[in-house]
Amino acid sequence: MPDRIAEPWGERTPYGPGEPWPVRVDVQLAEGVAEEDVDRWVQTASVLHSNGDGYEFGVKEGRIVGVRGRADDRVNHGRLGPKDLYGWQANASPDRLTRPLVRDAGRLVETDWDEAMGRVVARSKELLAGPGGWGKFGFYTSGQLFLEEYYTLGVIGKAGLGTPHMDGNTRLCTATAAASLKASFGADGQPGSYTDVDECDALAIWGHNVAETQTVLWMRMLDRRRGSAPPRLLCVDPRMTPVAREADVHLAPRSGTNMALMNAVLREVIARGWIDDEYIARSTIGFDALESVVEPWTADRAAEVCGVPARDILAAAELVGTCERLLSTVLQGFYQSNQATAAACQVNNLHLLRGMLGRPGAGLYQMNGQPTAQNTRETGADGDLPALRNWDNEEHVQQLAELWNVEPDTIPHWAPPTHAMQIFRYAEQGSIELLWISATNPAVSLPELARVRAILGREELFVVVQDLFPTETAEFADVVLPAATWGEKTGTFTSVDRTVHLSERGVDPPGEARADLDIFLDYAERMDLRDKDGAPLIKWSDPEGAFEAWKACTQGRPCDYTGLSYAKLRERNGIQWPCNEAAPDGTERLYTDGAFTTDPEQAESYGHDLATGAAFTEEEYKGKQPGGRAFLHAVDYEPSPEVTTPEYPLLLTTGRTVYHFHTRTKTGRAPELNDAAPEVWVELSQADAGSLGIGEGDVVRVESPRGRIEAPVRISGIREGVVFVPFHYGEWDRPDGGPPRAANEMTITAWDPVSKQPIFKVAAARVTKLRSGDGERSPAPVIGGSAPAT
Amino acid sequence: MNVAHYLGLLHRAQVNLAGAFREIAEGHREEVDVFHLCNRLARQCDDHAERLQPLVDRYGEEAADEPDRLHSEIFRGSRQGGLGLLRDLQDLYLMAAECDITWTLVGQAAKGLRDAEMLSVVEDCEGETAIQLKWLRTRMKQAAPQALIVA
Repeated sequence: MPDRIAEPWGERTPYGPGEPWPVRVDVQLAEGVAEEDVDRWVQTASVLHSNGDGYEFGVKEGRIVGVRGRADDRVNHGRLGPKDLYGWQANASPDRLTRPLVRDAGRLVETDWDEAMGRVVARSKELLAGPGGWGKFGFYTSGQLFLEEYYTLGVIGKAGLGTPHMDGNTRLCTATAAASLKASFGADGQPGSYTDVDECDALAIWGHNVAETQTVLWMRMLDRRRGSAPPRLLCVDPRMTPVAREADVHLAPRSGTNMALMNAVLREVIARGWIDDEYIARSTIGFDALESVVEPWTADRAAEVCGVPARDILAAAELVGTCERLLSTVLQGFYQSNQATAAACQVNNLHLLRGMLGRPGAGLYQMNGQPTAQNTRETGADGDLPALRNWDNEEHVQQLAELWNVEPDTIPHWAPPTHAMQIFRYAEQGSIELLWISATNPAVSLPELARVRAILGREELFVVVQDLFPTETAEFADVVLPAATWGEKTGTFTSVDRTVHLSERGVDPPGEARADLDIFLDYAERMDLRDKDGAPLIKWSDPEGAFEAWKACTQGRPCDYTGLSYAKLRERNGIQWPCNEAAPDGTERLYTDGAFTTDPEQAESYGHDLATGAAFTEEEYKGKQPGGRAFLHAVDYEPSPEVTTPEYPLLLTTGRTVYHFHTRTKTGRAPELNDAAPEVWVELSQADAGSLGIGEGDVVRVESPRGRIEAPVRISGIREGVVFVPFHYGEWDRPDGGPPRAANEMTITAWDPVSKQPIFKVAAARVTKLRSGDGERSPAPVIGGSAPAT
Repeated sequence: MNVAHYLGLLHRAQVNLAGAFREIAEGHREEVDVFHLCNRLARQCDDHAERLQPLVDRYGEEAADEPDRLHSEIFRGSRQGGLGLLRDLQDLYLMAAECDITWTLVGQAAKGLRDAEMLSVVEDCEGETAIQLKWLRTRMKQAAPQALIVA
């Protein structure tokens, strides 16, 4: 196998349209261990990105000693990306949390579970005692736990404590995917399948550096590109990513202007008649309004707003307008930018206008960033009710009440569940007094970190942190609960294309660390949460029991899991929901008949005005008589909440490298990955570097109105006027400190009105040279979006 | 003919609403969604007032009397905190409701007058006012339990 740090995508295995994607099994074992030395192989799937690649980890003498892709897995056909090949080593990192910690006299000290949980429960009971006690709790979870854990947490919060203040860091990553799917198609759930890559004749990649964030999906795309009759490729990204370099058409719009671009692309598609009139008439609502909103957006006008040549916009429209099997993927360049939901819906619109859904090759991925983000959304651990139910639909609430045996009014449903940014706002104002953070690191990953630190540091706020490592967030905790991770616990999770995998326990957690599920179950028991007949509210005690309970919750819903079981997944791992009696082998594509989940009885939402987030009522929704038709949404372009000024003349955008995940809690503890990208950097275009007198490797200060960092410069292929900083780097591995380096010191507190996803991709900034790098290159990776311009 | 009276009433109500949106945005900068959206809706109200101006001019403010007892006069500066936010949004709601019903009535007048220009202004703007109301209701419903029970 080639060095997968230097070659993250490995060797090409070209294939043609409709052919099976060849198998290539990737293996990585600890030094000195051969495949035959492994005691046993334990099945699992990727937890360091959202692709859901199926693989096994090898166990020898009670320790994980390597990984091997599963040739028979539908997602990856044996392949693994660099983060999975090397990231497993972090499990055995010597600085894992092994005992609970509590704050005494201002310091975190080790204790036992009874003491730690006792404190959490005592504080919880105290808060619950008064009127509105439910409103004093906030739960902020992750996109990295397992389905069973989220569902249990969701039931504890919604039916036990009765609080709507529950969300996940999925709010930062895929809230817009869910919002746009709900808005257009009536419910969450990807229409497409990964197998659409095998069949498509055009790929449109919207704000998604798929090469670095979903490496195996990119391998599949690249293999098609190297085979016969390759798909054409469109890339929209302000950076010169590997996708941009590969693309036939690359648009690098000014950050924050996606809507102007999309309106112009759709205008051209409509004007040229590249639309499916019959599909539009039969399966959609809203064409006339869409046509009139995009009408003024000529390519010339969009070119001016977006700063891209009009001829490239026309070329992009032609690429997506004239193909026969279009596959789109959308991610953070849209989701974390201005007008996120509206722009993501424009991609849905494109597919609806062209009838490009529900058949091989004609597909759409509103992507996830995290491995289990889909489950956070499905199970109601975030801003939704479980199993894609509508909080505003009394019948849906009644179903949950019966399932959980509680009164319907126990379940908070007077408004949408509270989104993460609002939870932190309530904590800032003091009305939330207990914040329980599991498997996420807001002290590095939320926008405007000075504010986040001030909130977490509030004396009155009782902070519980449940994690693997002593993170930057754990520094603020009153109680730290050591959690088990992947490989040390059992559970399921679901990939972007609805593929459900079972991940098994193969080794013991270190010290006293416990599975997140066990922590939640312990809390429910100690809190003595009861149903309306006085029986324990949570009626399961292990992962399989939780999964069975979840299956019952999904019956009859779009994400129907009733046909799945642990036994079935042990036999054949990787089955797509809905999976039930009617579809025992799962369902490859949704909406194959052009009928959507928009019936009022089924829909996950009654819809919103996409410009303001104003919610429509049940009557208003029914008045539209959706009858299974999809919604074509139309919104005009509006500038981002923050634009450049003479004082801050550049646009800051944040993002990722192929070698790291989130705040590097795991990837920073895997030597190969850490060495590949050890330090923060700043990307500048050649033009901007030239005019500022900055050379490669020079150290600069990047500043926004909210904060600043210092970092060496990489002169990359990024568009002029845009500055990129990776958001992975915090403080945990700098015991001696140093100048600030977290990108989120600078980002703005602002969010999309519908999905409530923060805008990480658009902030005004300025760059000042601090000192010469003496000709030394910056530590930025030379692979990927950060590759040197020259 | 009293249509000028109503045009004047609506024009002033839109100007006052724009002012209130701005003031409340500024007063609640920490509620960043309120801050950004109220500023945007203020610009929308400016635009409504601007589009009404030629009609106001054309029909003349012949009804010499100032329109009386505008709801918009109930707003006397933004308040603090969670409860203050709720009260402020509620004031905006009442002011926008006044605009909303006035658009309806001016629209009726436009139909009676067969004034295509007036009708087109009403048709373009009344939907935006309706969405403003809807957003205010959505935002208040979300904020009310925390502000009234918990905080």
